[in-house]
Amino acid sequence: MKSDKTGVLTGSHILSGNEACAEGALAAGCRFLGLYPIMPSLEVSQRFLQRAPEVGATFIQMEDEVSALAAVLGASWTGKKSMTVTSGPGFSLMMEHLGLGVMLETPCVIVEVQMVGPGLGLPTHPAQADVMQSRWGSHGDYEIIAYAPSSAQEMFDFTIKAFNLSERYRVPVALMSDAHIAQLKESVVIPSADQIHIEPRRYFDGPRDSYLPFKRDKDFVPRMVDIGQGYRFHVTGLTHDDRGYPIMFEECQEYNVHPLVKKIRDYVDEIVDIQETKTDDAEVVIISYGSSSRAALKAVEQARAKGMKIGSLKLNTVWPFPDARVSELAEQVKAFVVPEMNFGQIVQEVERNTYGKANVLFLHHGDNGVEYTDDILAAAEKASLMTETKCGIIEWKKGST
Amino acid sequence: MATQRINTNSEIHPMENLLRMDRMPHIWCPTCGIGLAVTAFASALEKANIDPNNVSIVSGIGCTGRVAGYVKVDSFHTTHGRPIAFATGIKVASPKTKVVVFSGDGDLIAIGGNHFIHAARRNIDMLVVCVNNFIYAMTGGQVAPTTPLAAYATTSPYGCVEPPFNIPYLADSSGAVYVARYTALHIRRLTNALTEALNKKGFSVVEVISPCGMYYSRINRLGDGLEMMKFYHDNVEIRHGEDTKNLEIGFQTKIICGKFVDRERPSYMERYNQWLSEVRDSGKRPKGKKGA
Repeated sequence: MKSDKTGVLTGSHILSGNEACAEGALAAGCRFLGLYPIMPSLEVSQRFLQRAPEVGATFIQMEDEVSALAAVLGASWTGKKSMTVTSGPGFSLMMEHLGLGVMLETPCVIVEVQMVGPGLGLPTHPAQADVMQSRWGSHGDYEIIAYAPSSAQEMFDFTIKAFNLSERYRVPVALMSDAHIAQLKESVVIPSADQIHIEPRRYFDGPRDSYLPFKRDKDFVPRMVDIGQGYRFHVTGLTHDDRGYPIMFEECQEYNVHPLVKKIRDYVDEIVDIQETKTDDAEVVIISYGSSSRAALKAVEQARAKGMKIGSLKLNTVWPFPDARVSELAEQVKAFVVPEMNFGQIVQEVERNTYGKANVLFLHHGDNGVEYTDDILAAAEKASLMTETKCGIIEWKKGST
Repeated sequence: MATQRINTNSEIHPMENLLRMDRMPHIWCPTCGIGLAVTAFASALEKANIDPNNVSIVSGIGCTGRVAGYVKVDSFHTTHGRPIAFATGIKVASPKTKVVVFSGDGDLIAIGGNHFIHAARRNIDMLVVCVNNFIYAMTGGQVAPTTPLAAYATTSPYGCVEPPFNIPYLADSSGAVYVARYTALHIRRLTNALTEALNKKGFSVVEVISPCGMYYSRINRLGDGLEMMKFYHDNVEIRHGEDTKNLEIGFQTKIICGKFVDRERPSYMERYNQWLSEVRDSGKRPKGKKGA
């Protein structure tokens, strides 16, 4: 295992999703990993740690997930791209510092290998039940970016994209994997370093006494500096002004926090990453993400072979949600079918965007998404035969006709 | 020298270079000792001859949690109890940075207790200044893990029933290499201890006993700030090298101050770098499941 000097392991490899994620992080320039052990995310840390000496990356195993993400935020301010890796219960513990990361506008990546919850759940079985948590889990108002990879290759690609958007928007980015993708071994093609787009951190380089850590550019994103450069700046998790000083007034809340939301919402078109398959003439569109989309795409293939007009919209980014595109499709299609490894999360976003113009069928499926092609196909068939449009979410049960 | 530095005509504060004068007045109440701890720290930074551009200070939440906002170095006001964890990330990612954590007893020893003991165990190279006022002051005078037995607090209206933590003993037994305690009255000794601790390699803890005129002394009828200082004057005993087991603080009992621990132990980064060079020089293979 020998990579080039930038840490990119160019070539074709057989990697698990977790290993591909670690390679993606190294290729993106991540040089700090703060972690706390939890399955099924082990191989991300293991691979990163094994490769760390060669690429000059540092890491520390902290005493819990709370401190793991805290250390990542601290490390990010030294100029090192930083990430942490966790799963369900650990992700819950990270909510505190997800909020701090948003408030301090600290770039970092959180890899979340979802497993069955709540509580202790069904450890290491895959699920997609933390997607709403990734968006709403920390207190207060904020916006977040989250990717949902569906293959080992996407674990590599999306990890790089997650780092890029995290630097571009100065926001923690979540990579919402699941135990299925994490353990899946597949062929991963890693391009050469010059073929990989890396978004550089946007630094302030003006005079030392004129730096305002939260003075926003036109795109609402402030410029950053590293510690130790003599700027002697202050940042606080409290509501603050451009200087980073706490200001305890409602006006400042508007001044400080509204841009945190706007810097994502106003750039949704640039951030949203969706992959459409045969939606042009589709009567039914399957909206899916992560490992469920593997089954969804297979269902589309089989449906088309039967002559049914079924398409797929795969969410590469689950957050922000592609509101505009889904409501546009709602005008065109009879129904959406939303298969998820949970009891209904993203389906609520879909339903919200149909404005009663299309049926929304929700398909709950268990812990092995890729085996549910038949169910998805049956649900899509049923949806294409529906003559009237019902409000609300229609739950599709396995074997129901 | 003193006359040169304190120039009342031009209204330049003698610590203008190290404090954020545009944030004054600070939020601390009259009689509070945190300001004195900050003064001692700023003097220590000068005495220790440390480039302020190379210092990062991290605070948590609470009265002492506001310190980071007043010291003119790279400074972070972070979550409750987590400044040591945040600072660990800074230190490991940027070993050349001088890292200081400045926070209170509730922040560091209650909610942050786990991070405190693990950073001490790892011997992360940082100075932790723990201001102990025996109470949660910012949130309204609740009982803290340092509140002496029988002392009153808003959440111990019949007197505290829990035995308090002995902070130097906790730091010592967790592996800290430098442990000292002074009160806000012992400003000169405190400054010297902080200077020494700033130059010490490894996890150093300096506990600063501070009066809290608004909550702790009011609810316990201990008088105003001056009376608290007088109490320290009359009841503090300096005992360098005292066994940290003997440093518990009871309600209005004698307070033992001094330097208790000063020892050598490889810091986290020393061990880490040693491991790294071994791997690089010898081509040592990683243990565990093969990664590729």
